[in-house]
Amino acid sequence: MKKNNISRRNFLKAVGLGSAIVATPAIVSCATGDKSKEQQEPPVGKMTYRTNPKTGEQVSLLGYGMMRLPTVNQNGSAREDGENEIDQEMVNRQVDYAIEHGVNYFDTSPAYCQGKSEHCTGIALARHKREEFFIATKLSNFSPDTWSREASIAMFQNSLKELQVDYIDYLLLHGIGMGEDGMEEYKERYVSNGILNYLVDQREKGIIRNLGFSYHGDIAVFDYLLQMQDNGEIQWDFVQIELNYLDWKHAKEINERNTDAEYLYGELTKRHIPAVIMEPLLGGRLAKLPDAMARKLLARDPEHSVASWAFRYAGTPQGVLTVLSGMTFMHHLKENLCTYSPLKPLTDEEMRWLDKEVADELMSYNTIPCNDCKYCMPCPYGIDIPAIFVHYNKCLTEGNVIREAQSSEYGKARRAFLIGYDRSVPKLRQADHCIGCGQCAPHCPQRIRIPHELHRIAQYVEAIKQGQDAPAAE
Amino acid sequence: MLRKIRITLAALFFVGITLLLLDFTGTLHHWLGWMARVQFLPAVLALNAVVIIALLLLTLVFGRIYCSVVCPLGVMQDVISHFNRRKNRFTHSPALTWLRLAMLVVLVVAVALGIGSLVALLAPYSSYGRIATNLLQPLYLWCNNGLASIAEHYESYAFYSREVWLRSLPTFIIALLTLCVIGVLAWRGGRTYCNTICPVGTVLGYVARFSWLKVYFDADKCRSCSLCTKNCKASCIDYKSHTVDYTRCVACGNCLDKCKFDALHYGHPKKQESKSEKQAPATDQARRAFLVGGAIVAADVALAQAGKKVDGGLAVIEDKQPARRTVPLTPPGSQSAANMARHCTACQLCVAKCPNDVLRPSTDLKTLMQPTMSYERGFCRPECTRCSEVCPAGAILPIDVAQKSGIQIGHAVWVRDNCVILADGVECGNCARHCPSEAIIMTPSDPNDDESPMVPAVDRAKCIGCGACEYVCPARPFSAIYVEGNEQHSSV
Repeated sequence: MKKNNISRRNFLKAVGLGSAIVATPAIVSCATGDKSKEQQEPPVGKMTYRTNPKTGEQVSLLGYGMMRLPTVNQNGSAREDGENEIDQEMVNRQVDYAIEHGVNYFDTSPAYCQGKSEHCTGIALARHKREEFFIATKLSNFSPDTWSREASIAMFQNSLKELQVDYIDYLLLHGIGMGEDGMEEYKERYVSNGILNYLVDQREKGIIRNLGFSYHGDIAVFDYLLQMQDNGEIQWDFVQIELNYLDWKHAKEINERNTDAEYLYGELTKRHIPAVIMEPLLGGRLAKLPDAMARKLLARDPEHSVASWAFRYAGTPQGVLTVLSGMTFMHHLKENLCTYSPLKPLTDEEMRWLDKEVADELMSYNTIPCNDCKYCMPCPYGIDIPAIFVHYNKCLTEGNVIREAQSSEYGKARRAFLIGYDRSVPKLRQADHCIGCGQCAPHCPQRIRIPHELHRIAQYVEAIKQGQDAPAAE
Repeated sequence: MLRKIRITLAALFFVGITLLLLDFTGTLHHWLGWMARVQFLPAVLALNAVVIIALLLLTLVFGRIYCSVVCPLGVMQDVISHFNRRKNRFTHSPALTWLRLAMLVVLVVAVALGIGSLVALLAPYSSYGRIATNLLQPLYLWCNNGLASIAEHYESYAFYSREVWLRSLPTFIIALLTLCVIGVLAWRGGRTYCNTICPVGTVLGYVARFSWLKVYFDADKCRSCSLCTKNCKASCIDYKSHTVDYTRCVACGNCLDKCKFDALHYGHPKKQESKSEKQAPATDQARRAFLVGGAIVAADVALAQAGKKVDGGLAVIEDKQPARRTVPLTPPGSQSAANMARHCTACQLCVAKCPNDVLRPSTDLKTLMQPTMSYERGFCRPECTRCSEVCPAGAILPIDVAQKSGIQIGHAVWVRDNCVILADGVECGNCARHCPSEAIIMTPSDPNDDESPMVPAVDRAKCIGCGACEYVCPARPFSAIYVEGNEQHSSV
């Protein structure tokens, strides 16, 4: 034993000496070492801020999205383990850390985290001074039960209570343009019950400081709401849109019922309405790119993460007030703080590179544009829709979706796909159990034809289970 | 030396067969499948002349070494007996010839009448098969699942997890009882079971009487120390009269090593020995206990699946109940219920191998423990013919994937009252979408109204009874489309 110790120490000594020698040339450029530390530990007081043109308040470019809060059983695929109870202690720590590093915008909703988000956000924020943070929440619309005037007012009042505040900084009409008929749903949800007037009234009373809406889906509703402002019927203080280098020019291509972010952002800047950005990472998909793509981004900047490109992209336009990120883990938070403390805006050339080369190439992967927001859930027949899409996309980007049985990689890919499938989705919740009732589809902010896609995946799975060629992708 | 060879071979066979029974990946049977096919009773039921003749010849030359080497139940008893460290604990006892013959007659009659459950209870290899698959395989799977979760942690696909579930309580209880009874008998008396109950032991025993090589006394050298008798697990050596009962001797060679005076030899004896006398002391509690098959053991089984928790974001999925089939399903290749009943020894090898959790032991009294099918956990997948590859008894005959796609083991039946299309008013058609033989068409529920909801209709001529429709049917707890068995399988 003793002998071992000595030899180990000697060994370490030798290694230390070796590395010292190797390290000597690096000492000359001391900055390198510090810089790499900067990428791990964000600096305090360096956050980039944008000014709200109406109130003049300084909003941090990084906004904290409270939709993907950490849970006690946070182990990736085990979605069915336990009750998915939110880890309040971790939420508190991360909120404290965020505020300490200059984040002051927190975005939640009565619908997030199965209704638990506002409550947890309230607990975490109540430990801070009210003027240290801005709070954004929404009048959500997931169930028609909540659409009556009384239920809507109750929802709003409950938000104040859960968040433990007496005014809301940013209030949004949630998910404008969603549903089978976006216009009809908007009118029924916000207009015919007089709730929009109620909210405007609350704004006058100072209970709401800024009134806006978040937009998904039917462009007619977006245009209509902006038209209202042009007609002087209402003043939107901000609008929340999806913006990232894939959606900038390709949103419509991915799904013809969606609209390119380029148009949305353009319409807002025309009217000097600040834009709040959601899905800068597309639910993490832009942080975890296909290997070849990731290599490309890292080759261009080895010291910054793949995700940082997406954040810089979303944060660069001056009309952006804040960029929301649902940071589940502390390391997500730190990484994003590093990117925005301060923001290093993209050059025109870098912007073009992401828009053209990266986004175009990404489009060729044919991933399903699911961001794992879980709005479609629960499926009444028990299907775990987002888990299936996430798995499929993961395999697609990792090169584990191979359709030709003769391919030399087929066997390996098949095994990875099928074993991984059973690991991430219980058998009875897999795509083959989707009956195609279509109840999920209207809830999807990305307007994915969910049953169609599930059937396609089921078909693929069936083919590779039989060891055959799979039908070609569309 | 002989003993060491015997032990080595026995260990190889025992480990091989055990692995064969435990393996769920469908790879080992390509290498070890023959170990099941050389088992005596399955070979007889499969009318496998080559194996039967080979085994008889083997016995005629070497004595009952089959029981010492090939039979996993025999070796299991040796293993259990080995752990009893009390020295010199065996005594010579007279043969229970009447009981042995009675058991043999029972087996022959059961085979003749096609009473599968009785055959299954008496078949030694099958008893071991049940013990291994019911008691050992869950442990094996749990270990595998442990490895799988480690593999998952490292994003490796080297292991995948398999659900552990109780396929049939009666079979589990019988396996447990068999283990307890045989275990106790082996602990106390060595090969008691083999020499009183086991019909294979009886048959081979009477053949072994005429074997060329056998253990015999050199009376001149024997000092009547009794060590051979006290170490004979088959209780077949009478040191006083210098006789060995060859119907019971399993040629293990233990006595040869124990004899200090070189008075026992294994070889061709020079002169014929006299037969051992017949008496009948009591060891029949073994039989009684063994046959209390259906008895209840309060086995609050660790196997029973704890109810799965679901988080709020996922709808609870009610467990499916097996359909109440008027004719039970037997796997493709089994040809008919009668063929299955005639040949199957209920060794559970096919059940343990089924990768789709379709096969399980029957709970029906007549076909008790023989494989039957149900589709709550999966369906009989088109690319799989595993059960037909492993069956040693000719109960499931080998088929290939192409043949399988044309074998009609049953036919789907639509149950209007359960169908979600009419009950919940939703679109579905999942059965039609997943039917591999395109035997289900969607058609208006009201033939006179094209706008009425589309419901499934089954084209009996095309349906092969694979159960894809039953498995993916959203109706719970009873599927709205289920497969009714065909007593005789037909082809499309």
